Amino acid sequence: MAHYEFNMPVSEEQVRKLRINDTVTLHQTLYGIRDATQIHMFDHGRKTRFDMRGHAVVHTAPNVKWVGETKAHPSGYAPICIGTTTSARMERFTRPLMEQYGVRIIIGKGGLFAASAKAFADLGGVYLAIIGGTAALETTWIEQIEEVDLDDLNPESLWKFRIKGFGPLLVAMDSHGGSLYTAVNAAAKDQRAGVLAALGVKS
Amino acid sequence: MKVDPKQVEEACKELYIRALKMLPPDIKQGFQRLDSAETNATGKAILGTMIRNIKVAEDNTNLLCQDTGIPIYNVVIGSGIEVDGHALKQAIVSGCTRATKEHPLRSSVVHPTTRKNEHTSGGRHVPVINIDFTADADTLSIEMIPKGSGSENNSWLKMAIPADGVDAIKTFVIDCVLEAGGKSCPPVIVGVGVGGTADLCVHLSKVAATRPLGSVCADPEGAKLEAELSAVVNKLGVGAQGLGGDSTAFAVHVETAATHITMNPVAVNMQCHSARRARATFTPQGLAYGY
Repeated sequence: MAHYEFNMPVSEEQVRKLRINDTVTLHQTLYGIRDATQIHMFDHGRKTRFDMRGHAVVHTAPNVKWVGETKAHPSGYAPICIGTTTSARMERFTRPLMEQYGVRIIIGKGGLFAASAKAFADLGGVYLAIIGGTAALETTWIEQIEEVDLDDLNPESLWKFRIKGFGPLLVAMDSHGGSLYTAVNAAAKDQRAGVLAALGVKS
Repeated sequence: MKVDPKQVEEACKELYIRALKMLPPDIKQGFQRLDSAETNATGKAILGTMIRNIKVAEDNTNLLCQDTGIPIYNVVIGSGIEVDGHALKQAIVSGCTRATKEHPLRSSVVHPTTRKNEHTSGGRHVPVINIDFTADADTLSIEMIPKGSGSENNSWLKMAIPADGVDAIKTFVIDCVLEAGGKSCPPVIVGVGVGGTADLCVHLSKVAATRPLGSVCADPEGAKLEAELSAVVNKLGVGAQGLGGDSTAFAVHVETAATHITMNPVAVNMQCHSARRARATFTPQGLAYGY
């Protein structure tokens, strides 16, 4: 179990070094993306002007306040509360996000599934688990909302955050087929029969 | 006692913001209980971060979680309360809209097919308003629950049959917990509805999921069932955030209703660890906020 500090963006080689149970803290740039953002990008043919090659995306739709564009708030938005949503709904977007935009790291909660694991292995990517529901803390890792694209989808716009010390995050799925979720789910299913027996359920 | 809808509007605005920022004391105690019993290192670290987040939210007067949820207002009207019911509902909707615009909060509510967001946290039939009555004469109570989607997306109904008995209920609950895994942001409160009609059963599962920790089902049979399920649910090892350990659930709560001779319905609704709720109580002494 090693810890890494990444100044974003990163290379394939850096990402391939990561193994499940390692931890990573990110610096500099992070993109925020969500259901509607990806539905519009991959189902409705919309494009973003952002260059996300080698970058990380977090599954989020933040609480923001429009304050007008200033030096402190170049996007015009001040962050209020930024946290992470359940990743499972966005499973089918992992591969296009990596293939078409060169994204290398997906940050979310609750994990992704086999198709994402295969994309991570084929293309060199990882899933970092953040702790869902701890948005007050996560917000303190975000310095600024630098830019925003596809903002007609607000709050599900494509957000570019400037971050400092975003983490530590747990490597929960790596590029070598490792997934903490698969292991935990299999172990939990093994407990099912014992738990039902303890409840007096007749099989 | 007369209640002025303007006061209700103000309270409903305040309630939404309070609910998003301050976790009820019973949930905080639930965290302490899970943390002291957790044997898995990852689980322990995750619970530690969750507990730290509660403090950061309080220190920074920020929202605990970015998910402002679907707003639910549960109103209980005492027999001695004089209020225009229609005006009361309108006041709740405007209070909810004002919280969203004035704080501001992320409006998490869209039309189900166009996906258009009105940026009011409202729309058709939302905020959800449940109204009930009590003999407690001079009290009007409004409970606000911002129900997060991570947990709400993990909701199920099974129309089991009488021949399957209570075993069907127990099996279904355990299978739902396994199916939810880390998606519902565990540790969760597993809310179980047993009996009623299909819609009442699902409603009861939500009532159960949002009940304070430590509360007990008023039906002794429901209380027995929730005690049995609570005793074993953490043996599944799903753990905090679905990453393993002993902290899958704070508790399993059950609510029951009478059902049809041919029916055996069971519903499950999850409440995430950010188990937020706030309450405003109007009495002749004035307005008091609590949980």
